[in-house]
Amino acid sequence: MSTAPLLDVRRLRAGHGASVVLEDLSFGMGVEAVGIVGRNGMGKTTLCDTLVGFLPVTDGEILLGGEDVSGRAPEKIAGAGIAYVPQGRRLFPSLTVDEHLAMLAGRTRGKRWTPEAVYDLFPRLAQRKRHGGAALSGGEQQMLAVGRALLLNGRLIVMDEPSEGLAPTIVDVLVDAVHRLVDEGVAVLVVEQNLRAAVRMAPRQLVMVSGRIEAEFTGDELLTRPDLQRRYLGVGADDGAHR
Amino acid sequence: MTAPPRQLPAAATKEWRARLRRLPVLAVAIPVAAAALWVAFLAEGTPAGPATDNPGKFLVTALDAVTFAGLLFVAASGFTLIFGLMRTVNMAHGSLFLLAAYIAIRTQEAMVGRSRNIEPAHVGMLDWLVPMLVGAGVAAVLGLLIQQLFLQWTEGQELRQALMTLALTVVLADQMLREFGGLAQTMVWPGAVSHFFSVAGERYALTRVFILGVAVLVGVLLWLWLTRTSMGMVIRAGVDDRGMVRALGINIRLVFALTFLVGSFLTGVGGVLGASFAGAAPGTDGSWLLNALIVVIVGGLGSLKGAAAGSLLYGVVVAFSPVYLPSDYSYYAIIMTFALLALVLAVRPNGLFGRPA
Repeated sequence: MSTAPLLDVRRLRAGHGASVVLEDLSFGMGVEAVGIVGRNGMGKTTLCDTLVGFLPVTDGEILLGGEDVSGRAPEKIAGAGIAYVPQGRRLFPSLTVDEHLAMLAGRTRGKRWTPEAVYDLFPRLAQRKRHGGAALSGGEQQMLAVGRALLLNGRLIVMDEPSEGLAPTIVDVLVDAVHRLVDEGVAVLVVEQNLRAAVRMAPRQLVMVSGRIEAEFTGDELLTRPDLQRRYLGVGADDGAHR
Repeated sequence: MTAPPRQLPAAATKEWRARLRRLPVLAVAIPVAAAALWVAFLAEGTPAGPATDNPGKFLVTALDAVTFAGLLFVAASGFTLIFGLMRTVNMAHGSLFLLAAYIAIRTQEAMVGRSRNIEPAHVGMLDWLVPMLVGAGVAAVLGLLIQQLFLQWTEGQELRQALMTLALTVVLADQMLREFGGLAQTMVWPGAVSHFFSVAGERYALTRVFILGVAVLVGVLLWLWLTRTSMGMVIRAGVDDRGMVRALGINIRLVFALTFLVGSFLTGVGGVLGASFAGAAPGTDGSWLLNALIVVIVGGLGSLKGAAAGSLLYGVVVAFSPVYLPSDYSYYAIIMTFALLALVLAVRPNGLFGRPA
């Protein structure tokens, strides 16, 4: 499935100030959807923040299409093609739905993803153009966060807990969106607590333990083997799997 | 040894909390109602007298309030714009204000061709507008230099930035004293607006209405810029969440630089208006830094709406206190400013439209 690696993370070491969270973390992915699962506090969000340049890299490399982007400023990494859908969505409370997209519209001319294309992908957003970001439902907020990231027209989208707090029908919409993106050549790296949602989005699942990638499974393996779930995901994941 | 703390029943605690929450609202509503009642009916023995007896004086005072608010708004809008996006308290704000005023005065003198006793009749509209643009332009460039040389390396270190810009005000104040002298100077209004007209039997200066016009124009342009252009949307997004703006591939440094340029330009426009209205002299820098601070503390740092509301409230207090306090106490009018600050902060600790920093 994976061709030449789009993203190649090598022996990454990073964290918050003096406390090292990621230690010797390595993985690679092509133009595909890859999930990262693991218990709370294993460093999943830290990994996302490090990939997009919010946190500094102490050691190791982040190769995007063969080019090392580690240590660059967030805007440079975004320019190189990594878009971010952060945990909690981080929409701008001062802006309306349309303004979230309009502020980036200038650089999307002639590209695949324009504000119009985002409205085509998520018609519900089109009905809420004038609403403030904070007045949206959780699902609409997530659609807007994804749409905003798409306007970068990047090569990889990093999503941190996209299904958090969403109704099952909205998760369906997100799962469809992820599949569509991969079909169109955009890679998706998705961090999830909800194993069921993670597996539907990405067939390939990496398990994170104490700041490194400990193992790799297919989604089906993880879903059907309670022993793996207990070992790597803790009790909470059982609930997620059987919900 | 120590008695265990008495536990209030949950319901009673809740009720008390609700009452406590209403307390600040009451604390504001009562003085505001009392002040309105005083001005309307009771203000015997004040320079103006009760508004019901002397509606002309009341109207003129209200006009004074609104027009002074216009000047305050122009002077504070750049300050609040810069703070909102960059969390930089630019203590050199007053210096930019005064420098723009001095430069504009010098430019006007050069354009009119004489250096003292300029009469408004000799001043065409261009002899005011061009110096205004030159003065504000110099303030804009200096502001950008300050940001590029000192502030962009200390991003997020608010105390250092405040101290550095404070140091700059001392340096700039001395240099301006050397260059422009210690005497008060005035920018001369163009003859076209330098008239009086009659409002309810009172003479009123057209220049004050002109100030208000400029303020409204600045406010509308600023609002259009912030709401209708993608740069404005980026600035508002940056006020909310700078990190996320960067993650969208936007070079926030460029946005910062542009904001500082525009904010300093607006400060310069305020300086020229202020110099035309009340003159420029050593010390004007400090008093206008204070004015801007009061406006943004009342209105909430970083909000354009807040700057407008803060200017209006401050303008009302400044205009009404001296004429509606009993004549023997007019001297204490300045204290009312602090009463305004205390009242607003009691109800809204972040200012009227402010959000926690």
